[in-house]
Amino acid sequence: MTSVLASAKALQKEACATTERPVLRERGQREVFCGLTGIIWLHRKIQDAFFLVVGSRTCAHLIQSAAGVMIFAEPRFATAILDERDLAGLADANDELDRVVGRLLERRPDIRMLFLVGSCPSEVIKLDLSRAAERLSVQHAPNVRVLNYSGSGIETTFTQGEDACLASLVPELPTRDGGAPQLLVAGALADIVEDQFRRIFAELGMTDVAFLPPRKSRELPAVGPGTKVLLAQPFLTDTTARLQERGCEILAAPFPYGVDGTMAWLAKAADLWGVPRARFDEVVAPAATRARKALDAHKFRLAGKRVFFFPDSQLEIPLARFLSEELGMFPVEVGTPYLNRQQMSFDLDKLPAETLVSEGQDVERQLDRCREAKPDLIVCGLGLANPLEAEGFTTKWSIELLFTPVQGFEQAGDLAELFTRPLLRRTRLEV
Amino acid sequence: MQLTVWTYEGPPHIGAMRIANSMDGLHYVLHAPQGDTYADLLFTMIERNNVRPPVTYTTFQARDLGGDTAELFKSSARAAYERFKPEAMIVGASCTAELIQDDPGGLAKALALDCPVIPLELPAYQKKENWGAAETFYQLVRAYTGAQAPAPGATRPQRAAGERARCNVLGPTSLGFRNRDDVTEILRLLADLKIEVNVVAPQGSRPSDLARLPEADFNIVLYPEVAQNAANWLKRTFGQPFTKTIPIGVGATRAFVKEVCELAGIDSTAFLSRERSRLPWYSRSIDSTYLTGKRVFIFGDATHAIAAAKVATSELGFKVVGLGTYSREFARDVREAAKEYGLEALVTDDYLEVEQAVRELHPELVLGTQMERHIAKRLGVPCAVISAPIHVQDFPARYAPQMGFEGANVLFDTWVHPLMMGLEEHLLQMFRDDFEFHDGAGPSHLGGHGGARDASAEAPVAVMAPVATSEAIVLQAPVAAKPEGWAADAEKELGKIPFFVRGKARRNTERYAAERGITTITIETLYDAKAHYSR
Ligand code: SF4
Ligand code: SF4
Repeated sequence: MTSVLASAKALQKEACATTERPVLRERGQREVFCGLTGIIWLHRKIQDAFFLVVGSRTCAHLIQSAAGVMIFAEPRFATAILDERDLAGLADANDELDRVVGRLLERRPDIRMLFLVGSCPSEVIKLDLSRAAERLSVQHAPNVRVLNYSGSGIETTFTQGEDACLASLVPELPTRDGGAPQLLVAGALADIVEDQFRRIFAELGMTDVAFLPPRKSRELPAVGPGTKVLLAQPFLTDTTARLQERGCEILAAPFPYGVDGTMAWLAKAADLWGVPRARFDEVVAPAATRARKALDAHKFRLAGKRVFFFPDSQLEIPLARFLSEELGMFPVEVGTPYLNRQQMSFDLDKLPAETLVSEGQDVERQLDRCREAKPDLIVCGLGLANPLEAEGFTTKWSIELLFTPVQGFEQAGDLAELFTRPLLRRTRLEV
Repeated sequence: MQLTVWTYEGPPHIGAMRIANSMDGLHYVLHAPQGDTYADLLFTMIERNNVRPPVTYTTFQARDLGGDTAELFKSSARAAYERFKPEAMIVGASCTAELIQDDPGGLAKALALDCPVIPLELPAYQKKENWGAAETFYQLVRAYTGAQAPAPGATRPQRAAGERARCNVLGPTSLGFRNRDDVTEILRLLADLKIEVNVVAPQGSRPSDLARLPEADFNIVLYPEVAQNAANWLKRTFGQPFTKTIPIGVGATRAFVKEVCELAGIDSTAFLSRERSRLPWYSRSIDSTYLTGKRVFIFGDATHAIAAAKVATSELGFKVVGLGTYSREFARDVREAAKEYGLEALVTDDYLEVEQAVRELHPELVLGTQMERHIAKRLGVPCAVISAPIHVQDFPARYAPQMGFEGANVLFDTWVHPLMMGLEEHLLQMFRDDFEFHDGAGPSHLGGHGGARDASAEAPVAVMAPVATSEAIVLQAPVAAKPEGWAADAEKELGKIPFFVRGKARRNTERYAAERGITTITIETLYDAKAHYSR
């Protein structure tokens, strides 16, 4: 009997005839959060926005469980839980929603932007949240702008929630007519990372730089033809489509992880702005040197180690690129919930030919492959990590990669450290 | 539509999952979208289970909705059966699947799998987690014992003379608060009493063990939220009586021993003649005098809240100033208990309402769930956890039951520990102006300052979630008529009152002034009010 791994490899060989890298597509049980999860970081990123999920008790429970209820301050999110009366049509769901939103905005007069976030139940009962958002926007103008997007599990996985949220923001962006090119960095970054990038761009002489999402909902960047978009996150498929509709140009670049990734990412924009290569090198050299040194401290622990990615956040491919190219690890399998070949092309091309790339999931079969491959490190979600540890594997839980500032030069060492720590820990423990 | 920030209970299928995860050889096939798989982490991360919960999700997507989600359910159920070869399966729908009405029960039946399949109907838009757990356990018990039901009117055969009494222990589940240690403690107690244990369920049993439930003489119900329905059915069907006392606290444990012994037909006098807990002496020890009348706010599931109120009052000498529950199914019991303390019970699952109550009541100690821990942390009030929902640190490595005599010792330690020690509190009051004392000063045996000692645990999210200002607190300040203000010296005097009672002093004084039409609060007003409100 051929092993699962061998048959997956065979599939890959077969497809190798074509130029495109073969991808194992799976359709079975997925073990991935839904798009509602993005609210956990988005509600802190946009400081005057509130996220109201229109859903079930399950949706409320998901966010709270994924957040670990670790949020000390009163969160700027909540769930409007649908009950029997809403479903049976006893109460008009739209009236109910208006009432809930009214109560909410009364409690939080500091809110300037409200996102109505759709869920599986709201989609299945076809509650039209875009109409509700229009209606509520009129009701609460000019204080509060109401938008909507779907974070439902039947349509989005994990980080696609941020994509949907940012896509809903794009039509709101003011129009910018012509003029000198402007740089828009898309994808939520930790504030500290955003500030670092801002400083680098300024030193490069690029002053017209904006970030999406902005920290304040009233500081929406203007876009239009002449806007060049650099993607800070690898999961913005819908957002980029909407930006293109607005005439923006999406720059093809790798993602800003590690030294090489960050360097190429910055260079893409700098080249376009005509920054002389010497000047570029001069500006990035100190940070890049620091980062290289930081990575060296981890390289000897990681080089030659085999890593296996379960699909989670769509960060898998760029991270695998970072681990293999910059730290000498070997990615055995890189799973991603959804593969956007175009945006991923730079990172994808740098993966070793023997690496199996898989899209979608059948968690039981993937676990079989993983056990058979016996990787040194497994990157996976919270539901799988402890059971795999108990089987003797070393794991890195992937949600931390989204909750930690990891992009850019100054964070390259921290990013490597996230992968070193579990390995190091295992060598330390004697019990 | 209900506006919810945090929920005390998950949806009912989480309750079913807790039952499945408690038992061996039981597998749950849940028709649900992918996001619902988050539930696995409750078991693997919060409870630190070393295997995944025995749950298969169909994870249907939007594109399946037009096609055949029923077929997807069938293939998932079949694959799960083949892979896991369970002794029995439970099948059901999550909130979304309930809307698409695929009838998992009927579909699973049509598969004619080689094991019992118990369909679950858990209305997700009406019911919640504990109800789901109770219903699932009840359905399992029925399915496994129903066939043995004696003819109506038949009497239970008597135990042979000299044969030991046997009981079942019902209710412990995965994710239950300290259930693991409670069971150990209760089993020890029963062993000491020479009572045999037939089955412990759902935690620690297999579906087939449930078929042996009727062999016991009586049932011990440790957690009514989960086991009450099943116990009622067993009583109706097999004439098995069940216990009503929850053995939390010394008094309740003694009452429990009596109740159990009566059901077992044995004499408890000898056993109870010896004091088996340290709590009574610790509570009488004079260093505990300062605990007298400490104002405590209690919130949790009904069982734990009622028990905590009793222990707080009659075993520690606290004063219960608020008592409430999120378990609507048991609201009546909590209301009755609250009456004993001259209170009206707070029955709600709205976290904001609970927060408001804590803020208004100014307790000196909060006993609650992980939600109340957060409320208490924000308000700078000491807190101990007494009930689910709970977090990872509520599954301690050490043995820490809540029930039985050892449980009472644990209660004494964990409830007294967050408080400031008596003399320390006095010194703080006497020498307010000492330059080394400050408002942040907390109990000296706890590192950092009392209010925020968990802050380090919050670091991971703090990166993205900066601690906000007190905006929410300001927003909710009551808008009662306020006197114009405090004279400067009165304000200064107020500052000498320790911070943990200062808010109360301020409010009381302002209320006192407002009621009497006093416009400027002087030192005199402050002390008048103090005398007026002194307990
Ligand atoms: S920060 Fe601490 S108290 Fe808060 S949820 Fe996390 S572990 Fe629990
Ligand atoms: S998968 Fe759907 S039902 Fe489940 S939490 Fe996400 S949005 Fe809610």
